[in-house]
Amino acid sequence: MRIAIKGCKIFDRGDSKFDIIIEEDRIKQILPSVGANYSGFTEIEAGGLVALPGLFDIHCHLREPGYEYKEGIESGTKAAARGGFTSVACMSNTMPPADTASVIRYIIERAGQYGYCKVYPIACITKGQKGEELAEFGDLKEAGAVAFSDDGLPVENPLIMRNALLYAKSHGALIISHCEDKRLSDDGCANEGYNATIAGIKGIPAAAEEVMVARDVILAASLNARLHIAHVSTKGSVEIIRQAKKNGVKVTCETCPHYFAADDSLILDYNANAKVNPPLRGREDVEAVIEGIKDGTIDAIATDHAPHHVDDKNVEFCNAANGISGLETALSLSYTHLVKAGHIALSRLAQLMSAAPARILGLEPRELSDGRRADIALVDFESSFVIDSSQFLSKGKNTPFNGQKVYGAVACTINEGRIVYQDIMCQGR
Amino acid sequence: MLKRKDLLGIKELERGEIEEILNTAVEMKKILKQNVKKVPHLQNKSVVILFHENSTRTRMSFELAAKFMSASASNISIATSSVQKGETLIDTGKTLDALMTDIIVIRHSAAGAPHLLARHVRAGVINAGDGMNEHPTQALLDMFTMRERFGQIEGLTVGIYGDILHSRVARSNIYGLNKMGAKVKVFGPETLLPSGLERLGVKKAGSMEELIEGSDVVMGLRIQLERQKKGLFPSIREYARYYGFTPERTRLLKKQALVMHPGPVNRGVEITTPVLELSQSVINEQVTNGVAVRMALLFLLTRGIRP
Repeated sequence: MRIAIKGCKIFDRGDSKFDIIIEEDRIKQILPSVGANYSGFTEIEAGGLVALPGLFDIHCHLREPGYEYKEGIESGTKAAARGGFTSVACMSNTMPPADTASVIRYIIERAGQYGYCKVYPIACITKGQKGEELAEFGDLKEAGAVAFSDDGLPVENPLIMRNALLYAKSHGALIISHCEDKRLSDDGCANEGYNATIAGIKGIPAAAEEVMVARDVILAASLNARLHIAHVSTKGSVEIIRQAKKNGVKVTCETCPHYFAADDSLILDYNANAKVNPPLRGREDVEAVIEGIKDGTIDAIATDHAPHHVDDKNVEFCNAANGISGLETALSLSYTHLVKAGHIALSRLAQLMSAAPARILGLEPRELSDGRRADIALVDFESSFVIDSSQFLSKGKNTPFNGQKVYGAVACTINEGRIVYQDIMCQGR
Repeated sequence: MLKRKDLLGIKELERGEIEEILNTAVEMKKILKQNVKKVPHLQNKSVVILFHENSTRTRMSFELAAKFMSASASNISIATSSVQKGETLIDTGKTLDALMTDIIVIRHSAAGAPHLLARHVRAGVINAGDGMNEHPTQALLDMFTMRERFGQIEGLTVGIYGDILHSRVARSNIYGLNKMGAKVKVFGPETLLPSGLERLGVKKAGSMEELIEGSDVVMGLRIQLERQKKGLFPSIREYARYYGFTPERTRLLKKQALVMHPGPVNRGVEITTPVLELSQSVINEQVTNGVAVRMALLFLLTRGIRP
């Protein structure tokens, strides 16, 4: 396929307009736009749009195999493409869980059948996510696993976690920790604090997250091992990681749009779409997360895309499933609440959502320059739109952001030189 | 004027609405004291009582309130209902709608369950207790009892003690008493006080003595004995000593003060037999007032429903 994107801005090159010439799966050339025509090319008139490197989601749930009624690799990667993502790393809590090479190979093969985006599976740390015996890191990595995590079922036993961090070193593997001491979160359903108190919902203290962040940072430091912390949501976690980085610990971390674009007041009307784990936090935490993004403590923004069927959400708040469908809103929420709100520049956002996640997983960062892989998102940052979950391509319509006005609609996504998503406006261009 | 389909919590009510309910309950209490305790106001209306948790007084109180008002009152026992077959709350609600129910009285262990139900049914929904959230009719009957005794709620000091954290009764009373202009003090072990308590507009007392002293109403809360196993307090013995209304503490009680408790009580734990037997103890009066308040609510919520 030969594509010519005409007259777009490039995220880190100011207001000048460029043409991006794509041949096969590579960017052949980026040149100043002078209104040239490219015969024999699929032309995209991109006036007003900004080109970003294809986004990389370091943490999502595609639910396949096992929970296809919630999401599948086809619908999930389609949703990713619509969200501007050309790469996603999907979590291990499928059924069966991704604790054997065959499950990893299955996921990669299925993703390849569709080609909407690249899928990098994350395997389990322990067999069956039981927190007992280590999964086969070597075998899993060879099959294509890019990292190891028990995600929602964190490794409770510190000795097993220590062994996992140590064994991972032998295989150059990365451990991703969902930090939560389940004994502290107990059967809580919302952030402990005033809002949970007046909703009468049992709270999850911030300490449930923070004690495990501290534990894992200390373990990683003592072993000089690498560690990535998933979905950081509290002020205390940000502070622990900030200090650890100062001390030279090899720790990286991510947060998610809902930890800076929303707070725990959303639970007050028992909207189960605002139920997520870690829970939406208080204002102080939201501010600390933004501060962590600004000063580089937080390395990446992940979606933690957790699609659920409406039946899993349309029940009593405390009985509802945890999670937010995030692939199709992550960029616009992040742009609106971070860039438009004046906290960070667009180039930093691109780093958080593309270069950094790739680097953390040891993959080649997506860059917009000659000869690089043609992974590109064309985005309209000028006009606003209203989030409408009924239009999601994901099977999961579960978002607390429905009806919110945001900026940054993805107009077109190109994955390895192929157009994998185009909105109606862009098709008409 | 109360113009709602549902009564979900005191949080949602305005002072004027609370006053209207209490005023109506005054009339209802007169009916209860009559020889023939029956009025036709809710003839042809169907009230369904859907309790997902155990209860004696609240369930009976609603049932009798409906019957005294000539409504048909049906009880659904969860143990023998379709809930056991996995029916969702919304589906149960739709079924009750199809059975031409006018009012659903629901008690549920999940906070927000009545709100979820109310959003999906035509029938009016009354919250009879949802998790740790609210128990609005209990607060209404408590406020009724206080107003009956003191003439007004404005200016009273009410001391609530015990397991504030898990108590929907405490929450509903705090919201209601604040709206009605009373001062609320609370006391309990730190493990049983909710986070963000200061923002609820209450003062924290430092001891039972400090709570009782100067209070016009001293309200005890039931402590669930299982909480000891969760490590929230070390023993019943110690709980009773520091957090219970012991006989020695009655010397601090104002002469005209009321001793209240939503029941059922743990004798010798949060409250002791001599205290229960004080002339100031109005725990049984609270139960009677509960029927009057619920009659008032049933009347006010069905006023607009055409036969």
